[in-house]
Amino acid sequence: MDRKKQLQQRRVEIAVGLFVVMAIASIAILSVKVATWGLTGGQSTYTVYARFDNIGGLKERAPIKIGGVVIGRVASITLESQYYTPVVELRINSMYDEIAETSSASILTSGLLGEQYVGITPGFVIDDIAMLKDGDYINDTKPALVLEDMIGQFLYNQSDD
Amino acid sequence: MINKDSDNLVVVDGLTFSHGERLIYDNISLSIPRGKITAILGPSGIGKTTLLRLIGGQLEPDCGHIWFDGHDVPQLSRKELFELRTRMSMLFQSGALFTELDVFDNVAFPVREHTRLPESVIQTLVMMKLEQVGLRGAHHLMPSELSGGMARRVALARATVLDPELIMYDEPFTGQDPISMGVLVSLIHSVNETLGSTSVIVSHDVHEVLSIADYVYVMADKRIIAQGSPEQLRQDQSEQIVQFLKGKPDGPVPFHYPAAPLEQQLRELAGGESAGK
Amino acid sequence: MIANALQQIGRRTFDVLATMGFAVMTYMKVVFGFSRMSVFVPLLIRQMYVVGVQSLLIILVSGLFIGMVIALQGYQVLVSYGAEGSLGPMVALSLLRELGPVVTALLFAGRAGSALTAEIGLMKATEQIASLEMMAIDPLRRVIAPRFWAGLICMPMLATIFTLVAIYGGKLVGVDWLGLDTGTYWSLMQAAVEWKQDIGSMLIKSVVFANVVTWIAVFRGYHAVPTSAGISKATTETVVQASLMVLGLDFVLTALMFG
Repeated sequence: MDRKKQLQQRRVEIAVGLFVVMAIASIAILSVKVATWGLTGGQSTYTVYARFDNIGGLKERAPIKIGGVVIGRVASITLESQYYTPVVELRINSMYDEIAETSSASILTSGLLGEQYVGITPGFVIDDIAMLKDGDYINDTKPALVLEDMIGQFLYNQSDD
Repeated sequence: MINKDSDNLVVVDGLTFSHGERLIYDNISLSIPRGKITAILGPSGIGKTTLLRLIGGQLEPDCGHIWFDGHDVPQLSRKELFELRTRMSMLFQSGALFTELDVFDNVAFPVREHTRLPESVIQTLVMMKLEQVGLRGAHHLMPSELSGGMARRVALARATVLDPELIMYDEPFTGQDPISMGVLVSLIHSVNETLGSTSVIVSHDVHEVLSIADYVYVMADKRIIAQGSPEQLRQDQSEQIVQFLKGKPDGPVPFHYPAAPLEQQLRELAGGESAGK
Repeated sequence: MIANALQQIGRRTFDVLATMGFAVMTYMKVVFGFSRMSVFVPLLIRQMYVVGVQSLLIILVSGLFIGMVIALQGYQVLVSYGAEGSLGPMVALSLLRELGPVVTALLFAGRAGSALTAEIGLMKATEQIASLEMMAIDPLRRVIAPRFWAGLICMPMLATIFTLVAIYGGKLVGVDWLGLDTGTYWSLMQAAVEWKQDIGSMLIKSVVFANVVTWIAVFRGYHAVPTSAGISKATTETVVQASLMVLGLDFVLTALMFG
């Protein structure tokens, strides 16, 4: 094979190589900068549950936050068969494994029209208080604020006065 | 009736083929002797190329047998057919060179595909074949840079590079100037001599074909109308042969496409016009 | 009467099954039929150059502009709700889930698909395909397989590059021009986009589209009537059919994955 042909072949191969590298870099940047892997970025998690009276507009995959920091995501929302109480499955990053049993979970809204998320307020820690483990229930929960209920309540209180 | 004639490489027996509704061959038989140049002559548009494709197994006949060295081509499985095709090659009318490869790579192509020879051997082989067709100096050109005659010579080099037993030429002289026609005639002759291969030429160029063929079949109207050596054909007195060989405009093959008599049609046209007024 | 009707139905069914069987066999042959890796890989690289690298420019430019336009339009709508912070998620999700794979497939059909059809059609018209067959080389393996694989590999790659460039195009307009906060743009996007669901759906969609578009392109060429009119018709059909198939299949896939 003469030299000219070899050079041309080489140029084609380099171009295709660059193209492949570009595509791999793109998928890497998309993965790192644009997306989170799975519910919690591929890291190991543990699961706790919380019963709420009303979950409002909470969706699966909604974030779980402590003081604004995302520590996990809602994995599923189901109704308990006996009393029809909503049970929310919370998948929390194993990094945050020192959350006391006395902590409370509430469903909050980011901004006036923003998405709903589960906010956890860490409880006090004394010697005999255990930390939340896989499969535990958070007992202290506050339901979502439903705008219509609030307005109703407000009007009711007004008329009371 | 298995026709395993050892003198004949290809035997076509009772072949009928139709393209869609149109009948192209009506029960034809012919045989192609080993080591000779056999020509199939006939006017354009009667499907001479189709015959080559049938021999090559690219088309399937409606009925009849095509024996290639004892193998019935239409009955072969695809794998067997491909094996058989390594023993034959075909020179297409357009040359059919691969447009993205240069002359050298075109000729080297079948070698690289079918053998695992080292590159240096391929180099020698290809250069020898190109030398034979007089185009060694053109090995680096692309097919688009070649004239029609040169393209056909490259295609001839490619068709013969693996020394096939049967070479089929599809209209090798069509659209060539007298010089390249002469070159091709002598090349086909020399290839046949040096390789000892069997050649089939399908053509309508009477003089060139008669000058190199050992045996000639003349086809017209779905049938073989005459056969024999070039001398025998030249002596044939039947009207159809004479018309074809001499190139007379009118005869058994009419000059006019079938139509109503001219006078009648003119009258109809005139009548239609006056009625319109 | 009834027997005749039944026979008709039977024959139709048989015909359909035969056609489908033939199609599946051809597909298997093209996808898994390459003979020697040492022969196939150089052919594949050559075709990846033609199909992928040469489509890169149009993909980059359209990606940039489409991202910029989405950001501009999205901003106008979102800002009236005071929700311009959601621009990042909007741009990223609309691109990853729909526009990335769909627009790439449409551009690919127009740029590479039509070229493939025309090239293969011309190879047929100039008897190159027939001459391969006569050399005992299967054109499905030698001509179709490398082109099909190249399309199959390149389109998801192009879709990924397209999407990334478009997201940066959105950032260019949203952040650098309209003054959104960089942190908000990226972090809200990251919170909304999930790998498996969103990037996964982009990849699945573009693999499906790559199959459909490249398949239509190579076989429109392979079965083209070998005349200039036939090839131009085949080229047009490739672009029209491939585009319609992409849009139709996109709905089906979206319904399956997000419905």
